Amino acid sequence: MKVLVTVKRVPDPATTIRVLPDGSGIATDNVKWVINPFDEIALEEALRIKEKLGGGEVVLVAVGEPSWQEQLRTGLAMGADRAILIRAAAALDTLAIARVLAKVVNDEKPDLVITGKQAIDDDSNQVGQMLAEMLGWPQATFASKVEISGTECTVVREADGGLETVAFPLPAVITADLRLNEPRYASLPGIMKARKKELKEIAVESLGADLAPKVKLRTLTPPAKRQAGRKVASVEELVGLLHSEAKVI
Amino acid sequence: MGDVLVFAEHQEGHFPKTTLVAVGAGLELARKQGGACVGVVAGARADELAGELAAYGLGKVVVLDHPALTGRLADAYAQALAWTVSRLGAETLLATATAAGKDLMPRVAARMGAPMAADVIAFNDDASVVRPMYAGSALATVELQGKPRVITVRATAFEAAKPVASAAPVEKLTPEFDAAALKMRLVGFNATKSDRPQLTEASIVVSGGRGLKSAENFKEVLEPLVDELGAAMGASRAAVDAGFVPNDLQVGQTGKVVAPALYVAVGISGAIQHLAGMKDSKVIVAVNKDEEAPIFSVADYGLVADLFKAVPEMTTEVKKLKHA
Ligand SMILES: Cc1cc2nc3c(=O)[nH]c(=O)nc-3n(C[C@H](O)[C@H](O)[C@H](O)COP(=O)(O)OP(=O)(O)OC[C@H]3O[C@@H](n4cnc5c(N)ncnc54)[C@H](O)[C@@H]3O)c2cc1C
Repeated sequence: MKVLVTVKRVPDPATTIRVLPDGSGIATDNVKWVINPFDEIALEEALRIKEKLGGGEVVLVAVGEPSWQEQLRTGLAMGADRAILIRAAAALDTLAIARVLAKVVNDEKPDLVITGKQAIDDDSNQVGQMLAEMLGWPQATFASKVEISGTECTVVREADGGLETVAFPLPAVITADLRLNEPRYASLPGIMKARKKELKEIAVESLGADLAPKVKLRTLTPPAKRQAGRKVASVEELVGLLHSEAKVI
Repeated sequence: MGDVLVFAEHQEGHFPKTTLVAVGAGLELARKQGGACVGVVAGARADELAGELAAYGLGKVVVLDHPALTGRLADAYAQALAWTVSRLGAETLLATATAAGKDLMPRVAARMGAPMAADVIAFNDDASVVRPMYAGSALATVELQGKPRVITVRATAFEAAKPVASAAPVEKLTPEFDAAALKMRLVGFNATKSDRPQLTEASIVVSGGRGLKSAENFKEVLEPLVDELGAAMGASRAAVDAGFVPNDLQVGQTGKVVAPALYVAVGISGAIQHLAGMKDSKVIVAVNKDEEAPIFSVADYGLVADLFKAVPEMTTEVKKLKHA
């Protein structure tokens, strides 16, 4: 079984994000870049599927700048077999990214695509679903459990108010939620091996996907800051204030 | 002509507040675009529900009648909704960014080749929209070029629609799509059982974090306060990951976004990812033994204390207040 996993380079979630004064983006001088945490979970799931089935291939794909090689190498060190970097200079919108990925899927013909449920920079939560529709494939978003038996796939998903179970034949697109698994760390031998694994670069233009932007980011602004209130000395004072001052209980 | 089509999601035979928020946002956007706001309902009991929805000030309610729409599966719904947008010539398809909205709307957008903005918190007069990025550390002003376009709105950012005197007409349509191409099956749904208010509907939310230390402590220490206040219960990711409470109680960037009149954070440090889900609450209370905890920077009232002592005291004080 061949599994394609998407990878995005994002600021480490522990980084404090600051909007540039001109609103053109965020300050990147002190940012540590990592694999989008949900993509790590997606990769872990792909590796577990391969281990369980006792074979197959896990291929990483990223659509971004040359610097994204770093995150692809980390993914290779975790255990992916090879990686593809679709080089794109400008940031593409979700629709264009999905179109590019659809081209890659048509070339690679994986049995399964696993993406993170959202990238923690844009917080869009769109690409996996868009890709599934473009391919005419089933989708299982927000997966917390994946079971594959032959070409049948059953997924437990985090839905509103509970857990939903869906089933479908492969190929399909799954998007990973937090509780799907706990990603492994890259081991030292893994890091050594990763250096020799294939990391292919392709210019995005050569794929012939429609890249025309339809979503334009005009400007970023920092959110209004919430004022800290006061400390109270006792539970009695707290409950009293909630009743008489805030009037919420 | 500027029409907004609102996807009216329903759960267990009724419209949750999040759906009425979608209608409220749809009405606002339709006014701005100079068009009508139309609601669309599908699935089990759609006829009855359409009658209910017709009371909320919409121009029209459409019922989608098709056997493939019984369970809310993304492949079927994407086809049906894309068909409806084109049939009605709607300019915008809108839903709330619930788990179902997030699952479905991007797929419809892809089917239509339409631009999409997720989790929108405001509509500007020049047709641009505002949405948070980076766990709410930045607000982006975004233009969606071309029509149709797809928008999900954040449930806490718009008012729920209210019933009006006159009812909208209801129209039944049978969407045309390739049902043979559908491959997804609904196997089951395991609802989180609770007699408490829904997290996204409650006016008071009490959330617990890693500081609670165990599922038993959630039950024995936190739940009495939750119930005394008639509140919904929430949690941090750390508490959910540790298995103290079910997954769908997670508040935050990658969980639910809430903005109740009162939010009480107990044993929660206040990571940016958690704040992203609750910092628009009207009044925030934090109980934490670490006075440096970042949660205090957004709290209106902060109590530096051991929660195992403070929370039972709070329960007692609230009880006293009610019987005073
Ligand atoms: C991709 C990603 C997505 C995430 N999404 C979310 C999300 O949606 N929601 C979310 O909440 N988090 C999310 N997180 C996790 C977030 O970064 C924090 O790790 C998490 O919120 C911490 O939970 P906590 O505050 O319960 O635990 P901790 O940070 O460990 O804090 C526990 C607090 O309890 C206090 N405490 C301990 N014992 C007591 C006591 N006896 N009395 C009083 N206080 C006590 C401590 O002082 C401490 O402040 C995400 C992280 C990542 C990487």
